[in-house]
Amino acid sequence: MHSEQASWGLRLAAWGGLVFLHFPILVILLYAFNTEESAYSFPLRGFTLEWFAVVAGREDVLQAIILSVKVACLATALAMVLGTLAAAALYRRDFFGKESITLMLILPIALPGIITGIALLSAFKSLGIEPGIFTIVVGHATFCVVIVYNNVIARFRRTSHSLIEASMDLGADGWQTFRYIILPNIATALLAGGMLAFALSFDEIIVTTFTAGHEQTLPLWLLSQLSRPRDVPVTNVVALLVMLATMLPILGAYYLTRGTETVAGGGK
Amino acid sequence: MSAVVASHQSGPLRGLSNLLYRRSTLYLLLLLTPPLLWFGVVYVGSLFALLWQSFYTFDDFTMAVSTDLTLANYAALFNPANYDIILRTLTMAVAVSLASAVLAFPIAYYMARFASPREKAFFYIAVMLPMWASYIVKAYAWTVILAKGGMFYWLIQQLHLEGLLGSVLTIPGVGGNTLSTSHLGRFLVFTYIWLPFMILPIQASLERLPPSLLQASADLGARPRQTFAQVILPLAFPGVVAGSIFTFSLTLGDFIIPQLVGPSGLFIGTMVYVQQGSVGNIPLAAAFTLVPIVLIAIYLSIAKRLGAFDAL
Repeated sequence: MHSEQASWGLRLAAWGGLVFLHFPILVILLYAFNTEESAYSFPLRGFTLEWFAVVAGREDVLQAIILSVKVACLATALAMVLGTLAAAALYRRDFFGKESITLMLILPIALPGIITGIALLSAFKSLGIEPGIFTIVVGHATFCVVIVYNNVIARFRRTSHSLIEASMDLGADGWQTFRYIILPNIATALLAGGMLAFALSFDEIIVTTFTAGHEQTLPLWLLSQLSRPRDVPVTNVVALLVMLATMLPILGAYYLTRGTETVAGGGK
Repeated sequence: MSAVVASHQSGPLRGLSNLLYRRSTLYLLLLLTPPLLWFGVVYVGSLFALLWQSFYTFDDFTMAVSTDLTLANYAALFNPANYDIILRTLTMAVAVSLASAVLAFPIAYYMARFASPREKAFFYIAVMLPMWASYIVKAYAWTVILAKGGMFYWLIQQLHLEGLLGSVLTIPGVGGNTLSTSHLGRFLVFTYIWLPFMILPIQASLERLPPSLLQASADLGARPRQTFAQVILPLAFPGVVAGSIFTFSLTLGDFIIPQLVGPSGLFIGTMVYVQQGSVGNIPLAAAFTLVPIVLIAIYLSIAKRLGAFDAL
């Protein structure tokens, strides 16, 4: 399909679109180093690193970072277990109800987050469960499972099942087959799914708004800053940190799942 | 290695794995039980509980919810005020989907047809990164850009377009007091945030287009423009519809952007949030959550007919 050249108009529109997609991200990068304390005025007067030091000393920001990391780690761990189990069960066999189970897995990200959030909140309330780190993790894990599931099931489908049969034929037991055959084959996909889930959980705000109670994750902290704009420089720096915390795992996941056609047994 | 294996030959693990291998249904059940419990009980259970609560009664005077069942909450959706909210959200979702499709198409088309493999990989990452990058930070970035005295106003000033912006902002239904409190600003932010969700499905559907079709079209005497309109666009359309599923449903359910950017006047999402939070009217909030679900279900059934699911 490379026989002809793209017209200048198309080239411009395509690259213009990319610039549009990255422009706000660059703005955040720029403003994090802004010397000005109170306004969004442009052009910027000067650049400084001092706000990073201020952020490092802010107790409320640190609390929010710790909570966000805790929640993301727990939700990711849960999602990795549940997602892998679901993928292992669903990748090969057809059985009654398989379609509904698949639908159920994608439902939490297919439906607007506000529905997931309010449904979980009212369920927690009627069960008398106090909102806190536990309820946040439950909410996050629910929509993180599908991310891990998608990654792992794609890899399972590309891994030849005869490898597992060969392992059993050669006398390995179930645990050995899992440890030496299945796990090495799905490892990078599992890790990639985990990284995506971490990024998703770290950034999640809509479901968290409902399930957090008085706890404040980093995105909730940012949102509260937006409704009462003060501490603008601190907000800018935190925004940059959140951006990095979600973008770096995404890049990592991309590199881990790249070129997966060469997985063992994939040629069959 | 063979010694290690032999020692396990008759061990309990071996016996168990043999059993599971032969009784594959039992194995399947063991694998599925934890995720099914989680989703069946925690998630679907909560959804049904929410649906059930939409039939409860809310007393406006005592501000209390009682368990008497009623259809009043659903009737209330058709109050002019509530109906307005639904219509406003729906209009925005359609407008955002259309604009995203227009912006996404050239990027997807260039990626699929003209980019070298290296350039394509670059485009792919460049689209995926902003798609996954923090939602709240992207929304925040736009409040910074659109703020009065901020970047956008500076640019307008440099280009001497204040008059044009002023007159655009006076158009009812489009404008507002300032750019960051206008429908236009809100529309811009929505379009920006969901745009990558449109690019990737269109790119995937263009990717599947056989080059021989385009050659055949050219051989039969069609000009590039004709080939585009009569061959490429119809065959890529399912991809556009697939992308619009995301832009449409994400706009319908969002409640952060309508709070941050744009004029006052509630969206479905903000209404749900306000009703459950500050008012405490969970039944009405629950009834309202059914609106996007129904709208999305209708949209999905249309999309299915247009072949969008084959393009996903």
